[in-house]
Amino acid sequence: MKVIGKPRRRVDGRAKVTGQTRFADDLVLPRMLHMRLLRSPHPHALIEEIRIEKAKAYPGVHLVLTGKDFPVSFGILPVTQDEYPLAPEHVRYVGDPVAAVVAKDEQTASEALDLIEVKYKLLKTISDPVEALQNAEPRIHAYSELGNIHRLQAFEFAGRSNEVTEAIDASDHVFEDLFFYEGNTHLPIEQHAAVAEVDGEGKLTLWSSTQVPHYVHRSLARVLQIPPTHVRVIATPNGGGFGGKCDVCNHEMTVAKAAMVLGRPVKICLNREEVFYMHRGRHPVLMKFRTGVSKDGKLTGMHLQTLVDGGGYGSYGVASTFYTGALQTVTYELPRYKFEAARVFTNKPPCGPKRGHGTPQPRFGQEIQLDKIAEKLGMDPAELRLGMIVKPDSLTANWLKVGSIGLAECINQVVTRSSFKEKYRKLPHGRGVGIACGSYLCGAGLPIYWNKMPQSGVQLLVDRSGQVTVFCGATEIGQGSDDVLVAIVAEVLGIDPFTVRCITGDTGITPVDLGSYSSRVTVMMGNAAIQAAAKIKVMIAETVSGELGVAPNRLVFANGRVSCDDKSLTFAEAAGLAEEKFGTLGSVGSYRPPRAPGRFKGAGVGPSPAYSYTACVVEAEVDPATGWITVPKIWIAHDIGRTINPVLARGQVEGSVYMGLSEALMEEQVFRRLPPKLSHALVHKIPSLLEYKSLTSLDMPEVDTILIEDPDPNCPFGAKEVGQGPLLPVMPAVANAIYDAVGVRIDEIPITPDKVLKALELKAAGKEARVGPTTFPAVPYPQPVEVSPPWEGGDGSARKGAEKPKLKVSAA
Amino acid sequence: MRNVQLNLSVNGETAEASFAPYKTLLEVLREDLALTGTKHGCELGECGACAVLVDGEPQLSCLVLAVECAGRRIETVEGLARGAELHPLQAAFADLGAAQCGYCTPGILMTAKALLEREPNPSRERIREAVSGNLCRCTGYQQIYEAIEAAAQVMERDT
Repeated sequence: MKVIGKPRRRVDGRAKVTGQTRFADDLVLPRMLHMRLLRSPHPHALIEEIRIEKAKAYPGVHLVLTGKDFPVSFGILPVTQDEYPLAPEHVRYVGDPVAAVVAKDEQTASEALDLIEVKYKLLKTISDPVEALQNAEPRIHAYSELGNIHRLQAFEFAGRSNEVTEAIDASDHVFEDLFFYEGNTHLPIEQHAAVAEVDGEGKLTLWSSTQVPHYVHRSLARVLQIPPTHVRVIATPNGGGFGGKCDVCNHEMTVAKAAMVLGRPVKICLNREEVFYMHRGRHPVLMKFRTGVSKDGKLTGMHLQTLVDGGGYGSYGVASTFYTGALQTVTYELPRYKFEAARVFTNKPPCGPKRGHGTPQPRFGQEIQLDKIAEKLGMDPAELRLGMIVKPDSLTANWLKVGSIGLAECINQVVTRSSFKEKYRKLPHGRGVGIACGSYLCGAGLPIYWNKMPQSGVQLLVDRSGQVTVFCGATEIGQGSDDVLVAIVAEVLGIDPFTVRCITGDTGITPVDLGSYSSRVTVMMGNAAIQAAAKIKVMIAETVSGELGVAPNRLVFANGRVSCDDKSLTFAEAAGLAEEKFGTLGSVGSYRPPRAPGRFKGAGVGPSPAYSYTACVVEAEVDPATGWITVPKIWIAHDIGRTINPVLARGQVEGSVYMGLSEALMEEQVFRRLPPKLSHALVHKIPSLLEYKSLTSLDMPEVDTILIEDPDPNCPFGAKEVGQGPLLPVMPAVANAIYDAVGVRIDEIPITPDKVLKALELKAAGKEARVGPTTFPAVPYPQPVEVSPPWEGGDGSARKGAEKPKLKVSAA
Repeated sequence: MRNVQLNLSVNGETAEASFAPYKTLLEVLREDLALTGTKHGCELGECGACAVLVDGEPQLSCLVLAVECAGRRIETVEGLARGAELHPLQAAFADLGAAQCGYCTPGILMTAKALLEREPNPSRERIREAVSGNLCRCTGYQQIYEAIEAAAQVMERDT
């Protein structure tokens, strides 16, 4: 291959270093006005009255919008259409938008916000999952399943009822562990921004820093009650996404409405504090793992319970909750599995998808528990894992189809390169190593709204100059999707990537692609691109075959030429002849993932065309006097299937390591109560970049990155995902390294020096050397959906359905 | 509030600007001089995305009032390339994966330029210190260090 696998400057690299990349807030249109949002200062309240007259009369103000202007609700998932662009009557977190002001500039708009008078009737605040379980009232949302429990899910994958518990009880060893993963946020350096304009034809265009222009397009049409054909959403290059720009946002709806009302372009850029309120980040999750293990180190069964803190709205939460259990089966052989989950509403900014979406939390628990299992069994933790890796081309207990697995090679690489076996339990006190693994989707198998259409479409135009233009709705968020698209087309057609023009993320002119989430773009867009380029290649080959008098299958497309032995044409000459023969040259390609084998309700979350695998070793130093943690080096090996551009692939791995380590050691989206005299509101503790701690260059260790190529037949040139999976093993590997260093277990994220110090004090006092959750509240999980695993026969349907419990909680 | 009229020296050119006196250098660059290459991530001096050079020193333009900059030499990312030819830092950042989303990139490029002008051959440790005020959420910093080191080598060879 000439392009795939070769290190190259990314196609959009030049613009990024000259300052020419146009992010949403860089756009300026003639007659443009500016919008700011007024946000609720209360975590839970009803709006009794909004007075906007003074704001409307303020010099320089053009428009004031409130909830009355938006009768239609929205939500990214069809089952949770629970948000309004501006809250009409009920606010659910500090930061919930209630009004918008459009003015000649941001300063004027901000001043006018202060003139809006909102009369609130305060409601009791539900601040955490325990309060949500205990207080059915006041209801944060009327549609939640049970009091303030948004969603309940339960599944048992076993041959008969209660088999999982029985098998665990009968095992040689039973491990029961509680873990807590604190919430954290994406923190893209670019704050969300959007510009809306009504064009000369009266149609709406929205430029937005979004990862999902297609879903924004659909929502705008619905919320603004205009035909979808009158909407165009252009995703500007995102200045970082990480899942934080995956949701449909209040400000996108309000700025679009304002442009429609005023007939002038309107811009909004959230400030940093507002980005913390927008959130949609990592859900805080409390987990209970009960796992049975045989004395030779095989899992006999696992029972996982999760309690998920959703914040004030649905967002992706139903899917996130499924993901806290869906992928526990794709890494290690698990003969039977029970999973129960509950997501509760609380009066905090809504949680949603962040890199790894719902899976880093249970991965943290599972990989620490494996470390405990290895120690109890006296086994090497790498060997324990190597002995239980899922077989390639197999079905899991919950009916996920696993294809290629390069995990054994990943483990062997990190173990060898880190000298893990020479260090594990052998380093002096205060130094240690930890190992962990992970696996992730290469694209969610199902779209967010039910349909059988392609999940990615690519269109290709070729003209007589040799110019190739490729169109796709995929969204460049910094991860390099434009580069992947161009590389694949260039490889198939044998041309230089820099001769390909790439137009992406524009719902007015590009074929639908569902967006940059679930690590879906390389696989789905890539397969569609191969199909489109192959069609053009066939047309050109047929033409050149006639011209040169050789069979089409003997033609080689490479280095900008179409050749057979010593006869050849330039690609441009060949394209010109093909244009003569066929007329204007164009083609399309599309991709829809293979149908997943599971048939039970809930089987839609977890399937993917392929799974990526990662292994990671972390070395840590802990100062026993202060608890201070230093990480000098991390080794990480990622099963990428095939590397498209090694420069970018390595960047994705190291960026994941950075973000994972930052979550492991310091990041937390946490809240505090104001004193009663100051409203007693539940407010974000640290809505600024200074106080929300994240790693800087001084904290970032050396990273040894290894890419393992085990091409997957479902993937373009065998290429799997690399953007999310490598984050997963980092947090548990840190926890395991700290245990190796000083013999204390920190079973919660983040792992901060004060927690290490507390555990060291417990250890010195002869108590259990552990900091982490100690109780799991009673959750009214329903009877599980019972499904027999593939090896027990059956067709992947449920034997028994879920019966939802009735509301039993009395009003508090 | 009445606007101030000021001549600013930006990237070797004199720019005549009229703006409200409370505006920061960042705002004047982006809004009044259409130099949107300089980014903002917090406008509170926390992220480093808005770093520019003032008299050769890296400054957070969100914390500098534009009226303080009269008579001072301001350099932004737009002034790095010589015509169509990229500055060695720019070329290295583009080639070696130091820019992923590219949003923190202009600030880091300017910070690195100041570093290399002071120290043509900095150690890895010095590079880590120099960019420690610039947050990058994408790269994990390794490829940024490598790009700065590669650019330093090119610049040393060319001088």
